[in-house]
Amino acid sequence: MKRPLLLPLLPVVLALVWLLLNDSLSVGHLLLGIAFALLVTVAVRPLRPLPAWPRRLHLAIGLIWHVFVDIVRSNLGVGRVILGATRRQPTVGFVRIPLQLSDPHGLAMLSIIITGTPGTVWAGHDPADNILTLHVLDLQDEEAWVRTIKDRYERPLMEIFE
Amino acid sequence: MNAILPFAVNFALACFALAMLCALIRLLRGPSAQDRILALDTLYINGMLTILMLGIGLGSALYFDIALLIALFGFVGSTAMAKFLLRGEVIEP
Amino acid sequence: MIAADVPLWAALPAAALLICGGLLTLVGSLGLLRLDSFFARIHAPTMGGTLGAGCVLMASMLVSTALAQRPVFHELLITLFILITAPVTTMLLMRAAVSRQRN
Repeated sequence: MKRPLLLPLLPVVLALVWLLLNDSLSVGHLLLGIAFALLVTVAVRPLRPLPAWPRRLHLAIGLIWHVFVDIVRSNLGVGRVILGATRRQPTVGFVRIPLQLSDPHGLAMLSIIITGTPGTVWAGHDPADNILTLHVLDLQDEEAWVRTIKDRYERPLMEIFE
Repeated sequence: MNAILPFAVNFALACFALAMLCALIRLLRGPSAQDRILALDTLYINGMLTILMLGIGLGSALYFDIALLIALFGFVGSTAMAKFLLRGEVIEP
Repeated sequence: MIAADVPLWAALPAAALLICGGLLTLVGSLGLLRLDSFFARIHAPTMGGTLGAGCVLMASMLVSTALAQRPVFHELLITLFILITAPVTTMLLMRAAVSRQRN
């Protein structure tokens, strides 16, 4: 599959990480960082069977903002559940969600977003029929979770990766 | 000059110490193996935050590198243990 | 403590962030004790790992920027690393728990 060559993301990110790690912008570190980034990119090529080609990266800004808001909100929600646990233990449960997203990098991003948000954990994915099993801490309304995952995360990820 | 930041640093240190105590109790009591691994995972993140806290309190940049190392090794350790629980083998042929 | 030398514009938000981060992490770890099944407990430490760590690292960034008198961003690395790696362990544990429960 041939895709248009955009920006080689991996070496750029690696060079940035090197500069951040050394906390300096001197010419020496800049050159060393670029050299290391190119070396590592070449060295790990056999380990990464399929390269990621995220398109429309500007959509990622909105997604990151959504995720940040959700992390703050669900932190407060989980905190409330924990502090109220003497009165009422939460009802845990699994939700099965059929997905349309099939790009492996998109699925990896989705799993990190879902698990990184307190209150929900990615509990498995069946590649045969593309069904995601989600574990929810306090399951009240199954439909609401399906809607949240599909509208808030899956759609932007599909637009970015497919 | 102002006492608010030292107070906040001490407060957060106390919070992290209590949090590590909670994780330790769960580590010792935990009925199943996955409970103990979860407790260890919490323990290393709390320990890393405590080290960062000391870095803020003492105004030294050295603690940053220690925190980064704890984050790296803690991740490798708890992932290896979780993988072992899942498959009975850490590195599969 | 050297922290007393930090100028007020950085000390106030940093102190607020530290108190928030400490409380969030404490509540998250308290969840390990108070919830009574493993499947409920697995959600609790994520609190300390995301927003708790984020608050503390932001405060650390503010303080080291104020002390060094130039922007210092390298705490961003730990934030990103924790954000990417903490879910991996949680997911593996979840799958291990599900498969151990089954047999």
